[in-house]
Amino acid sequence: MSAHAHEHQPIGGRILTLPFLVCSVLVVIAAFILAQRYGHGLGAVSNLSDGYPWGIWVAIDVVIGSAFGCAGYVMAMLCYILNKGEYHPMVRPAVLASLFGYGLAGAAVLVDLGRYWNFYHMLLPWYAQPNSVMLEVGLCVATYTLVLIVEFAPAFLERFGIEDLRRKLNKVLWVFIALGVLLPTMHQSSLGTMMVIVGHKLSPLWQSQMLPVFFLLTAILMGFAIVVWESVMASLNFRRPMETPVLRKLARLMLVTASVFVALRLVDLIVRGQIGQMFGGPQSGWFWAEMVLMVGGLALLVPKANRGRSRALFLSSSMLLAAGILYRLNVYLIGFTPSVGPWHYFPSVKEILVTVGIFALEIALYLVFVKKLPVMHAVHPEHG
Amino acid sequence: MSKTKSTVSRRGFLRNAVKGTAAATAAACTTVVASPPEANALQRPPKPMPADAVGLLYDSTLCIGCKACVTACKDINNMPPDVGPQQQSWNGGPDNPTWDSPVELSAKTLNVIKAYVHGTGATKDSAENGFAFIKRQCLHCADPSCVSVCPVSAMTKDAKTGIVNHNPDACIGCRYCVLSCPFGVPKYDYNNAFGEIKKCQLCKQRLAKDELPGCADVCPTGATLFGRSEDLLKEAKRRTALKPGNYTHYPRGDIAGKVGGARSGHEKLVEAAYQTHIYGEKELGGTQCLAVSAVPFDKLNMPTKVPDNGYPTLSEGIQHTLYAGMVGPAVVFGGLAYLAHRNTKNHTDE
Repeated sequence: MSAHAHEHQPIGGRILTLPFLVCSVLVVIAAFILAQRYGHGLGAVSNLSDGYPWGIWVAIDVVIGSAFGCAGYVMAMLCYILNKGEYHPMVRPAVLASLFGYGLAGAAVLVDLGRYWNFYHMLLPWYAQPNSVMLEVGLCVATYTLVLIVEFAPAFLERFGIEDLRRKLNKVLWVFIALGVLLPTMHQSSLGTMMVIVGHKLSPLWQSQMLPVFFLLTAILMGFAIVVWESVMASLNFRRPMETPVLRKLARLMLVTASVFVALRLVDLIVRGQIGQMFGGPQSGWFWAEMVLMVGGLALLVPKANRGRSRALFLSSSMLLAAGILYRLNVYLIGFTPSVGPWHYFPSVKEILVTVGIFALEIALYLVFVKKLPVMHAVHPEHG
Repeated sequence: MSKTKSTVSRRGFLRNAVKGTAAATAAACTTVVASPPEANALQRPPKPMPADAVGLLYDSTLCIGCKACVTACKDINNMPPDVGPQQQSWNGGPDNPTWDSPVELSAKTLNVIKAYVHGTGATKDSAENGFAFIKRQCLHCADPSCVSVCPVSAMTKDAKTGIVNHNPDACIGCRYCVLSCPFGVPKYDYNNAFGEIKKCQLCKQRLAKDELPGCADVCPTGATLFGRSEDLLKEAKRRTALKPGNYTHYPRGDIAGKVGGARSGHEKLVEAAYQTHIYGEKELGGTQCLAVSAVPFDKLNMPTKVPDNGYPTLSEGIQHTLYAGMVGPAVVFGGLAYLAHRNTKNHTDE
């Protein structure tokens, strides 16, 4: 048992590194801007308007940020549901990344909410409006964040030697693992359903009843991609050996998911009779950017040899991540046209800095956690 | 030995399960995609209008653009003046505006008269070389998107009058109502640290005292007429059937002459040809407030792509199909929990 407890090890090393300091400065800048936002209202720092009531704080921080947090979801699904033990070393770092992804998406909601002091109404049954897609998303995300904390708790308990509680938790952990797979399936698809109701305001290139399917697919794809991306980055930056055999398999899964996405996307456009919108329709350039990134990213993975090469994996996972990001951005912002115009939206510098600050906080915390807590898999000779 | 066997059979089971799920997903996708936009299997039935639904009928041909309704609305609902950058007085500061000059609905303006001008602007109610007015306020949909999306029941539809109400004490300020409204009606105050969502609530406080909504009360020509939505739709159909040169009676205040007391209407020659389109008759499955005009509504900056099937029928339909009685999620959870329980046994750690 104790031998297993040392399977994960803190990486160690200095906390005050240059990346950590840069991130800290960005977090402090964001904090100053937020003081302005809470003192004078959303308009004081953002370019939000009644035409574009949702800007990058929703589209990027929440909708894209939570997709970044899908690493824990897909790795738990592979490892514990499909029983692929070989992914085990990657579960814990993935769960940690998800914890920060979701935790900070939740924090970003409080930045964006115009009447944030009432946010707890979402949790009170007598305020609940069960037809609201957003209520489902909100409750699901809140519960999932708690589930992630429980899923990550063994790392804490190990670090501080609370063996008794750790063993007890391990006995019921399967309940949380099951929830940890169910909840993201629900809310990631619902993030797509949320935009169905805007109807004609979303360009026909994106408006579809298939939105929940596409959002679930991009969540899974981005989950795989972020694991591969982080793994390649960690092997380069922390000088750890690359987990090549596992990455090969993940690369194949990315290829399959991305191909299904592209195929369904085209079928959907054809069936809805909107395929012509690709050529000269509103915002069609963004559709092409999304498609080129997606197809380019998956094409790189077609030759089997590429799936073991760090450079090809890095490039491919970056492109697929970008494709997922762009798809979600297109649905929530770029493809959206307000009903009674004219309205324009481009995020203000302060708005962008808040988003940057939130992501910087995520990176800074991740760096501290992997150095101080047993998150990363211990490097065994057979890996090297 | 037996352990290996069980592992193998479980693998087989899992493989089949995955294949089955994939096939089911594919089948579901095909159904969703293949169904035509109308009469969609996923759509829930539209919500009917309450029997005693009340609303407004705005007749652009009667409107003289005096904006008495805008002023009355501001007074009654304690709304601040809205002064655009082009409309500042020569000696007034931003805190001391001389006049109220809203050009669009906003968190400061629940009701606005907008002008359409074309070419020489000589002829009233003419799309060519003419001008026309349009009144914007909440249409009080039969099946409102804003009510459907609100996570905390801050937007509600009165079961009797059908008025769409907003409760700022419940509201979390997510602005999903602002995003979802096909007519661009609810507005949020971005320049206030404690901003609220604002929209017309048909002066429900006055209706409770048997008084007319402010805009219908002060309208001198009957361009804004209050009444039961059923009666208003009949009146709108009567008007759109009129021909130029007809001489007809236009009522004022309450079409039934009850709320706010009986008022004299006026007789008038129909000068411009009405469009047959009654705005709000079919939009989003029908709205309680209607508009008729001689100039096409797209020219008056009204959203004309709004379908007859309300958007909530589809988005709620999708959710209700997936989450009917939470049976689907419960079954999936059962399966996941079973697998997680079995598989974590093999992993001694975690």
